[in-house]
Amino acid sequence: MGAAADDSCVPSYAKAVVALPAVLFAWFCTLVPSVSRGESVAWSVAWLPERGIHFAFFVDGLGLLFALLITGIGSFILLYASEYMRGHPQVGRFTAFLTAFMLSMLGLVLSDNLIVLFVFWELTTITSFLLIGYFHEDATARWSALQGLLVTGAGALAMLAGFVLLGSAAGTYSLSEMLASPTGLADHPAYLPIAILVLAGAFTKSAQFPFHFWLPNAMAAPTPVSAYLHSATMVKAGVYLLARLSPVLGGTEFWAVSLTAAGGFTAVYSAAVALTKKDLKQVLAYTTVMALGVCVMFLGLDVESDGMRVGVIAAVTFLLVHALYKAALFMVAGAIDHAAGTRDLSKLGGLRAAMPVSCAAAALAALSMAGVPPFFGFVGKEALYSAALESPVALLAAAAILAANLLIVAAALLVSLGPFTGEVKPMPRHPHEGGWQLWSGPLVLGCVGLAAGLFPGPVFEWLVLPAVKSITGQSPDYHAALWHGINLPLALSALTLASGAALYLARGPVLGALRRLIRSLPVTGDRAYDACMAGVARGSEELTRLLQCGVQRRYLLIVFATIGAALSGTMWAKGSFALPLRPPAVSFFDWTLAGLIVASAFVTIVAQSRLLAICALGVVGAATALVFLRFGAPDVAMAQFTVETLVVVIVAMVLLKLPGFRGEVRPSPLGRVRDGLVATVVGVATTLVLLAVTLETPQMWLRDYFEANSVAGGHGRNVVNVILVDFRALDTLGEITVLAIASVAAYTLVARLPRRRVRSRRAGRRKAAG
Amino acid sequence: MNTLILRQATRFLVTLILMFSVFMLLRGHDHPGGGFIGGLIASIAFCLFLFVGDTADIRRLLRADPAAVGGAGLGLAILSGLIGSLVDGSPFLTSKWVELGGLHVGTPLLFDIGVYFVVIGAVLTLVLGIKEQ
Repeated sequence: MGAAADDSCVPSYAKAVVALPAVLFAWFCTLVPSVSRGESVAWSVAWLPERGIHFAFFVDGLGLLFALLITGIGSFILLYASEYMRGHPQVGRFTAFLTAFMLSMLGLVLSDNLIVLFVFWELTTITSFLLIGYFHEDATARWSALQGLLVTGAGALAMLAGFVLLGSAAGTYSLSEMLASPTGLADHPAYLPIAILVLAGAFTKSAQFPFHFWLPNAMAAPTPVSAYLHSATMVKAGVYLLARLSPVLGGTEFWAVSLTAAGGFTAVYSAAVALTKKDLKQVLAYTTVMALGVCVMFLGLDVESDGMRVGVIAAVTFLLVHALYKAALFMVAGAIDHAAGTRDLSKLGGLRAAMPVSCAAAALAALSMAGVPPFFGFVGKEALYSAALESPVALLAAAAILAANLLIVAAALLVSLGPFTGEVKPMPRHPHEGGWQLWSGPLVLGCVGLAAGLFPGPVFEWLVLPAVKSITGQSPDYHAALWHGINLPLALSALTLASGAALYLARGPVLGALRRLIRSLPVTGDRAYDACMAGVARGSEELTRLLQCGVQRRYLLIVFATIGAALSGTMWAKGSFALPLRPPAVSFFDWTLAGLIVASAFVTIVAQSRLLAICALGVVGAATALVFLRFGAPDVAMAQFTVETLVVVIVAMVLLKLPGFRGEVRPSPLGRVRDGLVATVVGVATTLVLLAVTLETPQMWLRDYFEANSVAGGHGRNVVNVILVDFRALDTLGEITVLAIASVAAYTLVARLPRRRVRSRRAGRRKAAG
Repeated sequence: MNTLILRQATRFLVTLILMFSVFMLLRGHDHPGGGFIGGLIASIAFCLFLFVGDTADIRRLLRADPAAVGGAGLGLAILSGLIGSLVDGSPFLTSKWVELGGLHVGTPLLFDIGVYFVVIGAVLTLVLGIKEQ
């Protein structure tokens, strides 16, 4: 440990953060007795009370199970990472991300408010992005991080829409209130959109088919991250959400069919792919996808047996089983990578002698993964089989879970026997056992898997059944045991083990065929994702070329054509065109002003020099200001006068620096007709809108309000100004913010013109001469 | 353009117009005027300098970068909105008034002064940017 201080710049007090998850774990453990009795701990502080959004948290059975997994596995992961990442220049950053992730994940599983849950959900997405892309010099890592972010982020946005719909349908954003009276929303008209949107969020996060592809790519992250985020915790957020919301959204055919079908297919497909991979982490990643598929499938499998929702029990049990063995195996995989310098299964072998403790830990975890009695994995597999057999689609469900399980048995043998047994192969590094931080986690987790299998009673009573109660609302009278007697599930378990082992032994030809089959698939998730991204890039490029062409005249054309189309289109659609029955009284002064405006506008168009054009335009502005003055708006008139003055000065200043009209590309005759048409449409439409507006009886209540309150509330007699700086000060603040930003932006454009360089060079020369 | 008459007149005109702009700013609450118009008038005063002098004169007169003037104005406007929140926790931009010798002085005046400076800063940033390049 003494060396740690030399090779990292992390202050020693910061290293105490490694103990944080362990402390939290201990605290959550103290809650186990009360929560398993059915009580729940709640804590809340108002955030946006007007919208029913509170920073509310509650700990019930389901939340506690996840919280214990997050902090318990997190304790080992942080310890493991402290050794694994030792010497890395940015280990502090890494630990900060990992801790931030852990706290976000805890927030997610303990939130009592849909919106707060969403915030934490996105926080896990962002920390996951940062952690996958941690080796940011590596292009693959960056690509994978972005893919994970985009896929889960897109799903989360859909989920947010679903949450808002759900919140308005249920009348509350509070989860505990929803769960307290699970009337079910099955008959609500918005049920289907809600369910689809929420499933989109859960399926992308938990990597269900067809969104499974990002998870194996996320293995670009350092191994502690893979072990923590992408196997044991974050990817289970989707499963958590489905479990949490199943009392509210579950119980319908749509829910059952989508969860079972997506989960079942994902499980079998990814278990098959897992076997074809050569990279140790890839094998584990695909088996993770399989495990998520199984959890989703059994949450959807709506089976009742003896009044118990055995599907949910099986899903929760398997979730716990998987978290224990998968985190252990990932950590071992990292240790192997660390020690041998490779994760390629074809290059690994005979590590048994060099890494005895890791070998033992891997064996313990793999036995649980394969479901060998008396490990906890066996209990989980029994629960899966008995639930599948009880379901209405028993044959299909049992076949799917049998296929997935036997493939997983083969995968378990592959990852545990492959690297450790056989003859010693030449490896990039001389393999050796790592520090105690590297092997203690997997060993403890593996032993926990064994202990939980030997004594399933307390595990179920304290952890699994309270979680099941949170999901189903009832306390199941379930007796967990290692030995249920000789029955069909036991026979299936034996069949799984035997055929899995047979598959492992005969893996040569079978895997070859499997690889060819998968390679021949026309569409893969990665290819679809790349095509999608390329399409987005191409589309936005086209759009940019169309809209941001860099020609001022084209911009104006687009803007005015849009205004004209919007105005006349709206007027036409609403049938609001109206002309006054008799012409309004117009004085001689008004006619003079109108004539002045029209004449100057005409001069602007036909002017052959820019200076004349801008001066004529200034006359238009000044005459317009006179119109304002005449109709009792002195403030607007004054602003108009001053603005016109400044515009003429600024434009004249710009014009002095520009070449003359000659040499400029003038629009073609057809182009002039087009411009004239757009101008006419905008002008006519504006005129018609104004005429229609003056025909309406004006709504005076706003004016009356301002006039009544201007002196009393605003201490000012100039209503316009009181509105600007008091009643609607926020609008003004927005406007002046835009003004300030726009001026700085314009300055950068002007100041970056190449003339500046010429000038400064000239100045430099002058200085040199002088 | 750069005649002796204009040069001499500008000195007085700029002073007068600047004073007028402050007058417009302050009277705005009861009569036509206000921060926006005041700021524009002040900008015109500075622009008058463009015809007789260098941009360096304007910068010297302003004593700060125009962008900083605009930023300060924006800060002042935001600050005026925060005063109410700091005093008694009322929502952002709630106006607060005190009576000084029969004259009501309140945060909206501060806000208007902020607008005044933002307008000056924005216009002069642009004008000086164009003129100097």
